Amino acid sequence: MADQQMVMYEEEFRQIAAICERLTREANAKAVLLVDKNGQYITSNGETNDLDTTSLASLAAGTNAATNGLAKLIGEKDFPNNFLEGEKYNLHFSIVAQRAILVVMFDQRSSLGLVRLRVKRASEELANIFGAMLQKAQSQAQGAPFGEITDDDIDNLFSE
Amino acid sequence: MSFINYSSREINCKIVYYGPGLCGKTTNLQYIYNKTNPEAKGKMISLATETERTLFFDFLPLSLGEIRGFKTRFHLYTVPGQVFYDASRKLILKGVDGVVFVADSQIERMEANLESMENLRTNLAEQGYDLDKIPFVIQYNKRDLPNAAGVDELKRLLNPRSVPDFEASATVGNGVFDTLKAIAKLVLTELKKGG
Repeated sequence: MADQQMVMYEEEFRQIAAICERLTREANAKAVLLVDKNGQYITSNGETNDLDTTSLASLAAGTNAATNGLAKLIGEKDFPNNFLEGEKYNLHFSIVAQRAILVVMFDQRSSLGLVRLRVKRASEELANIFGAMLQKAQSQAQGAPFGEITDDDIDNLFSE
Repeated sequence: MSFINYSSREINCKIVYYGPGLCGKTTNLQYIYNKTNPEAKGKMISLATETERTLFFDFLPLSLGEIRGFKTRFHLYTVPGQVFYDASRKLILKGVDGVVFVADSQIERMEANLESMENLRTNLAEQGYDLDKIPFVIQYNKRDLPNAAGVDELKRLLNPRSVPDFEASATVGNGVFDTLKAIAKLVLTELKKGG
């Protein structure tokens, strides 16, 4: 298969959530989201109650994929950091460990400079966790806990 | 690839609907969206042109229920079918867990079906996937139209490996959920194997 399956364990999830929480605070962000490059939502922090985080994750991954497509067209490897500026809100995207996208949503309470500065440190820390997580996933039994599911379990999902 | 989250006890999978332009990929998703309970679905996103042709992708998140205490979530995507959007199609196949090929049964679209199937194989290979090895089902759509080719002929041309296939009329919903269930089952079975 092309990519290795992403498996998130409790311990790493707590570490990741703590970094996102600190980034939200230190960057004066409205919200911080971490999404898988394939569009799967991982976690978020800040004012996310009114945000459709599932859609945001999918569109962030789509934007990133399109931006990287553009990079390759002009002979760049990728554009690891992107900034979208709006009237009220801005979005900053950065790639973490080639696996995830760190999205920071901020308004006039913060600035691009501050966000960039804080994102840099958070990205490095997140990259370390992702590295450890991939190693752990490789050493764990493949497919667990799904190796134990039965055909009946799957069929039951579809019983009306 | 699927994403297993032990912390939130969720398993997320990505299914892509592929096929030639105007074969009914978006119609499949719209029907699923309209017939699914509000609590089991998220917002459907369509990145389309002003004439409602898919420009980048459609996206529909679905929850199917729990397996062994894990919530199963499926993210359904369509690709833009028109030939010149190939760059976008490649992007959407990244991280795919299962593919539905929606064929247009109309006899005059046979060439377009074959071209799109070949394009799917090539684009998957570029991402490191083999169409013969990933969960894959075929849907023969638009069976209700008078100019639909025979199913035998469609099978012969598009389904030499005899993967699960379904007749459908997506506008009225025939075959839509059968197709979805089949691909979801294949994806979960693959996961069981540790894929």
